[in-house]
Amino acid sequence: MAEVLVLVDHVDGEVRKTTSELLTIARRLGEPSAVFIGTGFDAAKEALAQYGAEKVYRIESADVTDYLVAPKAEALAQLVASASPAAVLIPSNAEGKEIAARLAIKTESGIITDAVDVQAEGGGVSTTQSVFAGSYTVKATVTKGTPIIAVKPNSAAPEAVQGAAADEVVEVTVSDAAKTAKITDRQPKAATGRPELTEAAIVVSGGRGTGGDFSKVEDFADSLGAAVGASRAAVDAGWYPHTNQVGQTGKQVSPQLYVAAGISGAIQHRAGMQTSKTIVAVNKDEEAPIFELVDFGVVGDLFTVLPQATEAVKAAKG
Amino acid sequence: MNIVVCVKYVPDAQSDRTFNESDNTTDRVGVDGLLSELDEYAVEEALKLAEAGEGEVTVLTVGPDQAADAVKKALQMGADKGVHVNDKAIHGSDAVATSLVLAEAIKKIGAPDLVLTGMASTDGTMSVVPAMLAERLGLPQITFASELTVEGTAVKIRRDGDAASETIEGTLPALVSVTDQINEPRYPSFKGIMAAKKKPVETWSLGDLGIDPSQVGLDAAWTKVESFQQRPPRQQGQIVTDEGDGGTKLAEFLAAQKFI
Repeated sequence: MAEVLVLVDHVDGEVRKTTSELLTIARRLGEPSAVFIGTGFDAAKEALAQYGAEKVYRIESADVTDYLVAPKAEALAQLVASASPAAVLIPSNAEGKEIAARLAIKTESGIITDAVDVQAEGGGVSTTQSVFAGSYTVKATVTKGTPIIAVKPNSAAPEAVQGAAADEVVEVTVSDAAKTAKITDRQPKAATGRPELTEAAIVVSGGRGTGGDFSKVEDFADSLGAAVGASRAAVDAGWYPHTNQVGQTGKQVSPQLYVAAGISGAIQHRAGMQTSKTIVAVNKDEEAPIFELVDFGVVGDLFTVLPQATEAVKAAKG
Repeated sequence: MNIVVCVKYVPDAQSDRTFNESDNTTDRVGVDGLLSELDEYAVEEALKLAEAGEGEVTVLTVGPDQAADAVKKALQMGADKGVHVNDKAIHGSDAVATSLVLAEAIKKIGAPDLVLTGMASTDGTMSVVPAMLAERLGLPQITFASELTVEGTAVKIRRDGDAASETIEGTLPALVSVTDQINEPRYPSFKGIMAAKKKPVETWSLGDLGIDPSQVGLDAAWTKVESFQQRPPRQQGQIVTDEGDGGTKLAEFLAAQKFI
């Protein structure tokens, strides 16, 4: 059975949820071989085995991790050449898409980004994408080379199926040309204790209507175990970090439940959340465009509605 | 410093964007188009750098006839000259082929010190072309900049990711992409609009770039859109007005939907 390379998304060996989703998808297409780049493998091994990795290629050279994107693409190209995989699956975030982009050119393969589903079909690989701010669904295939597919979070329910996770250290030759953008500093984001925005099942976002006070949004999010998002207006005003921005130029999320509080629902924002399964909004303005999208809406002040909802949620949870 | 800014003419995101039934490509004719909003930040950054030192900004686009509007807007903002690669054979190109055409055009414009792009187009939203350009041109890839400083030939950016903020450093010549966090794009002034009319714009075909038509276009693409389907618009559900019980009703809805 052909291998399927899965680029592991981790921070010092702590494997992120998207990796379990990608390994699950990989099992549909062939035998999953995880590609672990960086340090911390011992912490990761169990998680990779648990979701079906049969092999783990370990790439630990500082030459690969000290420079932006290019060396990782070279390392993957080397593995594509040696393993002839049926596909390469990469998380569809900024870095992942850039790695996939360079890998596509190096291996003369087609690249598909932001896939929300990947299936084996007709001897090949079929992908689904949600495009034009979620207004269209597209089925696309790779017609040349090894399919290189960047997959969005929440695209598959992870299936725990034990794999051997037999690991081997791979020596990679990194060209000088790949070492021209050096990562000279790294400031980890402070942990909030909340789920990561693109992975969360529930997202509660605040916008201009918060006036800068996100406390009610955060309390409601915490009562639901949700991630917190912010509209572009809120981020531009400096009320919340850009990494929490939901929208065309921020994160695109597709959670089970999306709650928009004090957000008017301009196209820029809708592009980031329109495909959420259930959408709820709270806004003082009954004309706000967001109400066109909702499964449930409250015309009212989030400063009274959200605290009341938070108490009711806490009571229901006991 | 010679700067080339790559821009894209895209269907207006506020309009009803769609696909051509004939070949499953993006409809770039039936929908009004404009300079991609995210590219404005790249044009602005180029102008700021050129104004700080001594530099010339060339705006480059690959697109059909109407793409000239994207070049025009950039010239009105203050770019010095434009290049528009326009060839019917490019229709239906994937990102791989687009990056090939852009790379060859950049080489023909002549070894710039800096190639600037936006972080993604607002239609394809792939965010892959800048990395592909760096790959093809052999330039340092210094991308997703929310902050950029250029001192002599030293380039430094702040790149904000999910897990961390990183500082990336390299030297010119380089490929830099910028996010919408980096600056506030200027509106063209009246003076800028008038001045743009006199600025030179060259139009090139594939032949001018030495690219064989068989390398680009729909048939040459390494991916294929097999089908597209419009998602049915969401049906508006229940809207209630808060009369002292809005929050309670919200929680009731969530309970009914099994979220609590």
